[in-house]
Amino acid sequence: MKNLKTNSLYKIFIYVALISLTITIIVPVGWVFLASIKENAEFYGNPWAMPAGFYIQNFADAWNKANMGSYMLTSVIVTSLAILILLIVALPASYVLTRFDFLGKKFFRGMFMAGLFINVNYIVVPIFLMFVDADKWMNTTFGHGFLLNNIFVLALVYASTALPFTIYLLSGYLVTLPKDFEEAAYVDGAGHFRTMCQVILPMAKPSIVTVILFNFLSFWNEYIISMTLLTKAGGARTLPVGLMNLMKAQNAAAQYGQMYAGLVMVMLPTLILYIFVQKRLTQGMTLGGLKG
Amino acid sequence: MKNGRSSRLFITLCLSPAVILFIVFMVIPTINVFKMSLFKWGGFSPNKEFVGLNNFRILFEDQRFYQSFQNTLLLLILVTMITFLFAILFAAILTQEKIKGANIFRIVFYIPNILSVVVIAAIFSAIYDPKNGILNSFIRLFRPDQPDILWLGDQKIVIYSLVAAMVWQAVGYYMVMYIASMSSIPKSLYESAGLEGAGKITQFFQITLPLIWTNIRTTLTFFIISSINMSFLFVQAMTSGGPDGSTEVFLSYMYKQAYTNSSYGYGMAIGVVIFIFSFALSAVVSAVTKREPLEF
Repeated sequence: MKNLKTNSLYKIFIYVALISLTITIIVPVGWVFLASIKENAEFYGNPWAMPAGFYIQNFADAWNKANMGSYMLTSVIVTSLAILILLIVALPASYVLTRFDFLGKKFFRGMFMAGLFINVNYIVVPIFLMFVDADKWMNTTFGHGFLLNNIFVLALVYASTALPFTIYLLSGYLVTLPKDFEEAAYVDGAGHFRTMCQVILPMAKPSIVTVILFNFLSFWNEYIISMTLLTKAGGARTLPVGLMNLMKAQNAAAQYGQMYAGLVMVMLPTLILYIFVQKRLTQGMTLGGLKG
Repeated sequence: MKNGRSSRLFITLCLSPAVILFIVFMVIPTINVFKMSLFKWGGFSPNKEFVGLNNFRILFEDQRFYQSFQNTLLLLILVTMITFLFAILFAAILTQEKIKGANIFRIVFYIPNILSVVVIAAIFSAIYDPKNGILNSFIRLFRPDQPDILWLGDQKIVIYSLVAAMVWQAVGYYMVMYIASMSSIPKSLYESAGLEGAGKITQFFQITLPLIWTNIRTTLTFFIISSINMSFLFVQAMTSGGPDGSTEVFLSYMYKQAYTNSSYGYGMAIGVVIFIFSFALSAVVSAVTKREPLEF
């Protein structure tokens, strides 16, 4: 009897713990959504009050006046371009590193593994200075430099710095594929390139999806490199950096509604994606191991 | 396999783009961190002056640097301990107990990890807002007469406010990680332990922890490297190192020296210390946590 009692106490404790953590996550996130449809005057009252109505104007203001619309477009371009570059570069490299034997293979694998330990933010200053130097040189040779404030260069930097993790993840998967299919393809007279594209890539699909998911999240949410490389006043910005500016402006002009609308715009795409692929994401995470 | 020459060409074509990008954007900048730390360099002015280890000499007398060192250590220790405690605890609950809606809890707990740090910073700034914030309006219910707490404005409190935000962000990720390794432990182990009269807590310490130890070790090593980075992201978006340097961390101080102060050489000397610190710490952690790996 006593055992039963402690057991049910234990159960209650567990549920209290689980529900508390759930509340601390759901309430702040939900609060942002509610705040994004409040009128500015409502922010001076009780923070727990429900919004008086749907004040959609916040979103229109954020989109147009605060430029979030164009920041959104920049983010979409940079993120998709970076993922595209990353896949084109990382897939063949991982394929070769796992399926072929050649001189220096160990060295290259070790090199990319070591890259896992280099955090991009440790080296953001030299990357920036490298572009400053190159732009200066281009200025004297061609009349104008174009590396800084260039969203394509930003995408290239994103893709390059994601290489170690991506190659690590893809190699881990490719190693598990059986060799028979490739050999059959060779026997049928397919070249290396065709074998890679038509035999290996379709089989590697699950790992490619995982790679896209993880890198989408990290590129979409990244802000330090973007803030460093896109500096021109009034120039292109990615969403998180635009949001930071909006947060600072909000302190001065008290445009709360706009800021929360901006917040919703940044997190909604990731949340929607997460709801659809959460299983894949959390499974892929344990498959790939760790992120930097 | 096919003939050697076409293979070699294929390998070169496949590998070289990745190698080139990796060298240009990761290897060379890393080397430059170390190289530039030996120069006195005002950034946009062309004259770089070789000063040897002088930047490091200045660094070791810099009170602000020591403050950022202290803050980084404090954040690392607190965030790591609390995050791991919660992550392992919740992972154990969700795998070992029959919980209604376990999947929903798992999904919700992971949400903070997919949000941008800027978003999290904005959310927590709203929570911590002294006048209209959620936290103070809640506290006011219990102690209406006391002055409001300045969560991000009080030099003594602000770093703990950061810890809370960082733990909030990280718990779900590591929890999912441990759920995966815990659920691979065979159920029969727990059943036989239960038959021999071992309680839930004994089972946790005798079976679960030892069996996932290898996983804990790897995640811990990576967690330290990523925390040095995460603390920077949070500081940059939430406090900019303030008030008065009380949340300055390694990377934010480096960034400030390099950009606000335009002393790139000095900033890179800080970068070198960060590199060495993070590698040394990972090595220490991995040495301290070394155990004979157990298998089931």
